[in-house]
Amino acid sequence: MTATTHEAGHHADEPTGLTRWLVTTNHKDIGSMYLLFSLAMFLVGGAMALVIRAELFQPGLQLVDPYFFNQMTTMHALVMIFGAVMPAFTGLANWMIPLMVGAPDMALPRMNNWSFWLLPFGFAILLSTLFMPGGGPAGGWTMYPPLMLQTGTAFPFVIFAIHVLGISSIMGSINVVATILNMRAPGMTLMKMPLFVWTWLITAYLMIAVMPVLAGAITMLLTDQYFGTTFFSAAGGGDPVLYQHIFWFFGHPEVYILILPAFGIISTIIPAFARKPLFGYSSMVYATASIAFLSFIVWAHHMFTVGMPLAGQLFFMYSTMLIAVPTGVKVFNWVATMWRGAMTFETPMLFALAFVFLFTIGGFSGLMLAIAPADFQYHDTYFVVAHFHYVLVTGAVFAILAAAYYWLPKWTGHMYSERLGQWHFWLSVIFVNVLFFPQHFLGLAGMPRRIPDYSVQFADWNMISSIGGFGFGFAQLLFVWLLFKCIRGGEKAEARAWEGAEGLEWEVPSPAPHHTFDTPPVVR
Amino acid sequence: MAHAEGGYYVPHGSNWPIVGSVGLTALVVGIAMYLEAMSAGIWVMSAGALITLTMVVGWFGDVIREGVKGLYSDQVDRSLRWGMIWFIFSEVMFFAAFFGALFYARHLSVPWLSGEDPATSRVLWDSMVLSWPTAGPGNAGLEWQPMGPWPLPTINTLILLTSGMTLTAAHHALKEGNRARLITFMWATVALGVLFSGLQAYEYYEAYAHLNLRLETGIYGSTFFMLTGFHGAHVVIGTIILAVITLRCMKGHFNPESHFGFEAAAWYWHFVDVVWLGLFIFVYIL
Repeated sequence: MTATTHEAGHHADEPTGLTRWLVTTNHKDIGSMYLLFSLAMFLVGGAMALVIRAELFQPGLQLVDPYFFNQMTTMHALVMIFGAVMPAFTGLANWMIPLMVGAPDMALPRMNNWSFWLLPFGFAILLSTLFMPGGGPAGGWTMYPPLMLQTGTAFPFVIFAIHVLGISSIMGSINVVATILNMRAPGMTLMKMPLFVWTWLITAYLMIAVMPVLAGAITMLLTDQYFGTTFFSAAGGGDPVLYQHIFWFFGHPEVYILILPAFGIISTIIPAFARKPLFGYSSMVYATASIAFLSFIVWAHHMFTVGMPLAGQLFFMYSTMLIAVPTGVKVFNWVATMWRGAMTFETPMLFALAFVFLFTIGGFSGLMLAIAPADFQYHDTYFVVAHFHYVLVTGAVFAILAAAYYWLPKWTGHMYSERLGQWHFWLSVIFVNVLFFPQHFLGLAGMPRRIPDYSVQFADWNMISSIGGFGFGFAQLLFVWLLFKCIRGGEKAEARAWEGAEGLEWEVPSPAPHHTFDTPPVVR
Repeated sequence: MAHAEGGYYVPHGSNWPIVGSVGLTALVVGIAMYLEAMSAGIWVMSAGALITLTMVVGWFGDVIREGVKGLYSDQVDRSLRWGMIWFIFSEVMFFAAFFGALFYARHLSVPWLSGEDPATSRVLWDSMVLSWPTAGPGNAGLEWQPMGPWPLPTINTLILLTSGMTLTAAHHALKEGNRARLITFMWATVALGVLFSGLQAYEYYEAYAHLNLRLETGIYGSTFFMLTGFHGAHVVIGTIILAVITLRCMKGHFNPESHFGFEAAAWYWHFVDVVWLGLFIFVYIL
């Protein structure tokens, strides 16, 4: 392949100011926008969580109207899933995948711009519903009919906002797949790719497969509401449970969309700070693929209590338990990587270690929930809330924070303040457990989720959980401050900012220049 | 400016994505306002549709101009191919949701409502007997007929299969450098697409006018019209794409070695074709 055109001084005519960000096709610019957008949404969703925890601080109704409380639980989930975690991973993919595979940019750079810029627009629509007559959606992020169909004016706006976010995710994923399959540097065979790239390839595949299914489900909701279809109404021969099946056929792979890139991050960071190659690279790849495959055949474990046939319950129970096998492989490999490693405990490593411990707790509570007869007791209790917050907060969010600390020197060219980072970590890890661990007890004792008031016997643990919530929430402001300082200045970072860091991204200077790998590196 | 160095090609920035975001947002907000009976809805929707259309024309125009200028390397060509393949896969999964709804209703929820699951049927609609096709227990007194496979759907099946053949013939003509034959077969394909859409519209007219089969006719009407309707929309879009490609052929675009735009349109058309075969079997025949 040879150059076809070369226009001298082409870097000089790049637009500046706001226009630069509106029209950019640069993967680093777009990655930064994704990450900053995600941080903003993390704070917005976090504020909503604090409204929830403030109301639950004591039994009785004190601060907000119950209907508004329900809007908060619904919006908190939608904002955190579609606004914070998914864009953060996409931002990391944008920044790191081209650098990791030795490509000059993403495969489809203009579409990349569009997939980012749909996000702020989609969230403008979604968040605006809070101010509409009848308020925002309040039926839970899963939007089950018939409850969801009782939403006020906000209803069609919510549906279309999710369509827009879905389009954004699909385009972002197509871009990731095309980049990984087509833009790797010579010599970068599939089984030489960093695990973050592998996990993202599989995540992107999952997203392309299931986001359209969600689009189908919410389209049926829309036509049931406005055009007289009866997909989810028994009167017309439909079934509300049909919605749950379609939704969770999307929803379960979605759960792994939210965690597989985190596995990739942890598999990058632990070897760097244990100063040993990752234990069992190929088994990690196969385990990730197995998890992705299983994610398509376990969805009904979210709905054990709807009245499924016994055969269905047994199938979904056993298939769900199978997931513990590849996940166990991963946890084993992370531990084996650290075995006899020369470990140091900088902030990224601390978050990665906390991930290994705390995500595993979330995995175990997931196994408990997978047992169909036991799930009849746990279903829709705070035990479920505790479970998915262990995998999503101490899992996905901790991995994103670990990644941010790990790659901040590459992005900004400065080392972050290690002292602030350590404070951020210890405050986060302590408060997050104060926040979520008691919710296991509440759930096992029978406290239902998505309820603004509760019986007095749940008062103590709720108060402790709320204290943890505010502690964890405010601890994140330390991260914002640290980030601000790190962008503004700090100790100059070397190209290889971490002694044990491996990978092509550390071969380019810190901060990574605007254009990298204009000519492909050769990987041996 | 577009530049390529050392074999890599990175396109310059583009205004179209942000135009597309504004357009798409206006479009969906307008539709939502319209659905909630807000008077400005129709205007917002129209403006959004217009902006989105401008974006589609402008963006594809840029890509076509760059392609014709020969700016795209083999690697860009492969990226576009992967992009199109995975886009079509996402479309397949969109249809899968509606096929899933059909299968679930036919094989699970309707039999359960009809007494196979005694608890459900006794509580909801005691002693109601339902069999497919059904409009559900709430429409028990409704007089209506389902849409059979004969004659229109079968004719339409033949039309779509023929259009697949004419399209392949056009592709062969393109690869052999026979421009006249290429253009003839392309127009034949477009004509067959238009014919299909016309017959499908006539079938809908028949359903509403003579069979009393409507979108509101229970789960049968819901699955029938949503599946055939989304398919029909894809046929219309596919026909427009093929027409644009045909006009490009007439302007002398594409050569026997490099014609990804043509191939992408052909893939899309074959995908629409295959979805129809699924519809023909599961919606019309079985």
